[in-house]
Amino acid sequence: MSDETLDLRDVRGPSALGGGWRRTLELLYIIAVTEFKRSYFGTALGYLWSVARPLLLFGVLLAVFTHLVRFSSVPHYTVLLLLNIVLFGFFQEATGQATASVVNQESVVRKTQFPRLVIPLAVVLTSVFNLALNLLVAFVFILAFGVTPRWTWLLLAFLLLALFIYTTAIAMILSSLFPRFRDVGIIWAVVLSALFYATPVIYPLQLVHGTIGRLLAANPLAPLFELARRWVIDPRAPLSGGTLHIVVPAVIYVGVCALAVWIFNREAPRIAEEL
Amino acid sequence: MTEATPLIDERTSLHQRPIVIEVRDLAKSFRIPNHRINTFKERIAHPLTRQTYRELSALRAISFEVHRGEFFGVVGRNGSGKSTLLKILASIYRADRGRVRMAGRLAPFIELGVGFNAELTSRENVVLNGVLMGLSRQEARRRLDSVLEFAELREFADLKLKNYSSGMMVRLAFAVMVEADADIMLIDEVLAVGDAAFAQKCMDVFRARRAAGKTIVLVTHDMSTVQSFCDRAMLIHDGELRYLGDPEETALRYYRLNFGGHAGAAPGDVPDVNVRLIDAWLENPAGQRVDNVEQDEPIGFNVAFEARQDLRSPVFGFHFLTADGTHVFGFNETLALEDGEPNVLRAGQRARISGTIENRLLPGRYYVTAMISRNHHQGDLALHVLRLFDFVVYGTRPGPGSVSVQADIATTIENP
Repeated sequence: MSDETLDLRDVRGPSALGGGWRRTLELLYIIAVTEFKRSYFGTALGYLWSVARPLLLFGVLLAVFTHLVRFSSVPHYTVLLLLNIVLFGFFQEATGQATASVVNQESVVRKTQFPRLVIPLAVVLTSVFNLALNLLVAFVFILAFGVTPRWTWLLLAFLLLALFIYTTAIAMILSSLFPRFRDVGIIWAVVLSALFYATPVIYPLQLVHGTIGRLLAANPLAPLFELARRWVIDPRAPLSGGTLHIVVPAVIYVGVCALAVWIFNREAPRIAEEL
Repeated sequence: MTEATPLIDERTSLHQRPIVIEVRDLAKSFRIPNHRINTFKERIAHPLTRQTYRELSALRAISFEVHRGEFFGVVGRNGSGKSTLLKILASIYRADRGRVRMAGRLAPFIELGVGFNAELTSRENVVLNGVLMGLSRQEARRRLDSVLEFAELREFADLKLKNYSSGMMVRLAFAVMVEADADIMLIDEVLAVGDAAFAQKCMDVFRARRAAGKTIVLVTHDMSTVQSFCDRAMLIHDGELRYLGDPEETALRYYRLNFGGHAGAAPGDVPDVNVRLIDAWLENPAGQRVDNVEQDEPIGFNVAFEARQDLRSPVFGFHFLTADGTHVFGFNETLALEDGEPNVLRAGQRARISGTIENRLLPGRYYVTAMISRNHHQGDLALHVLRLFDFVVYGTRPGPGSVSVQADIATTIENP
């Protein structure tokens, strides 16, 4: 008999990322794809809903803001509204769905070695599929409404990346707190609807003045929306000035991301015990 | 599945094989909230009451190792910590202390399942779990057919799991685990569910995998599996390792824990006014008291009663029953008397009924009842039916029913 010894690896228990990169990525892909399929399973329009939903919301808001309230000073307001709704819709959908995601995947979490981060991340990725479809439609409208294409459109990619990271961070926080505090789901639903109005989605930030304007500018989402407007729709759109308006949201942005990593790493090993 | 030729089958050479699981000084405890605070409202309503916890120590100072190709049993009563141990090995829980090291790919089968999502079809679940057990996506898809084949669920491949029966679910889960072809299989209680045919299939798989040099760690309550399959076994009780080694010995100690210190009915506990049970026990052929008997080994049977009143013409009746209450056999005994001796057991005298019984019982759980009648009258009971003790017949040759009988039968071919 041989005296060979095998390469023993430490088993450190569950973690945010564990079991190798290839496995993590493949799990991420599988879960995101199946979630995407599942969310439209059994509906008559299928994937079309993914596009139809923001368009319908767009229609409602358009009716309100072109007939009841008018922002005549904002060029291309119609398509700006559409673009903003698509972007905010992504943030809303991803964070909302992520909240209960770990609990929804209970059997996987309790019975297998599962890289915990994959679950909220897959939810965000599913929303990325939706976002991509929606952006295609939005750009069709943007061109149809007479906005001329510009090289700054390419810069949108950076904004999307920043939005993706921020969304993921919040998804991580919500999904890791939810198993312990189920109120998180309800609270976040309220916060989301508040954020819809507190973020320059249906109005440009330039129209809000005074203290409220400064408060709104602290929202890390605000500069993303402002920049998207400037780079995609209207190169002359004013940016709310002052370094303060960049520094404060940036600090909050980084703070949220750091908090997400800290909370998730702290909670990940114990999630199976909390379920 | 093809039966691979055994690469290694001598138990003696086990310790020379490389270690695949090494556990050192493992400890795990759970914090059980005395009053679970699950909402902010409760936090806000009681801001000053600190959440208090009870520390439940699930595992303490567990160390062991498992060698490659070993069939390793983990036994213990419910709540002993064995499932927690398995969950730590499977990276579902994190240990508080200690070190776990492992070599090779792992396929866990925990709480009667794998990571199934009830909303997905079995096709999707099989691929997902294949990847969870370390296969690539292509590889997992390639094995889809054989998984469905093994689970006998081919025609239900596109059915969502929530529409599956629990039996189908377990079959699918087991098939996924088997076909993942991992180096180490961690299995929690698979044999407790499913029908006999499925249990047989599991056994065939275990045999084939072990022959192919795979390592199997099995948590079970079924001692006959431990005795007939395991190379070594480990007994966990109250979170501590109580025994590690010979499966037979493990099973024996497990039974001792289950049936308490002494197997008999507690002497003096019997409220009957006529007779008091002094003691009741079984002996093995070596004359030692045992709680269990091995298949085919003669049963040494011993009971002692004390009469509290004079018993005229007493008849001592004993019945052997299976755990579910089916009578297997019984016998009656009267006092063995000298010439002219009156057939009376006087108050204060003791009667000892002892001897050897041929053991044709098949492996399983049994119990013995006693009954004493007097005055030559079956209906005049001095002692109503009393359960004396439970015991287990263990062995490697189970069969249908409860007893095996000698049969001189031959099957021949007859030409017309």
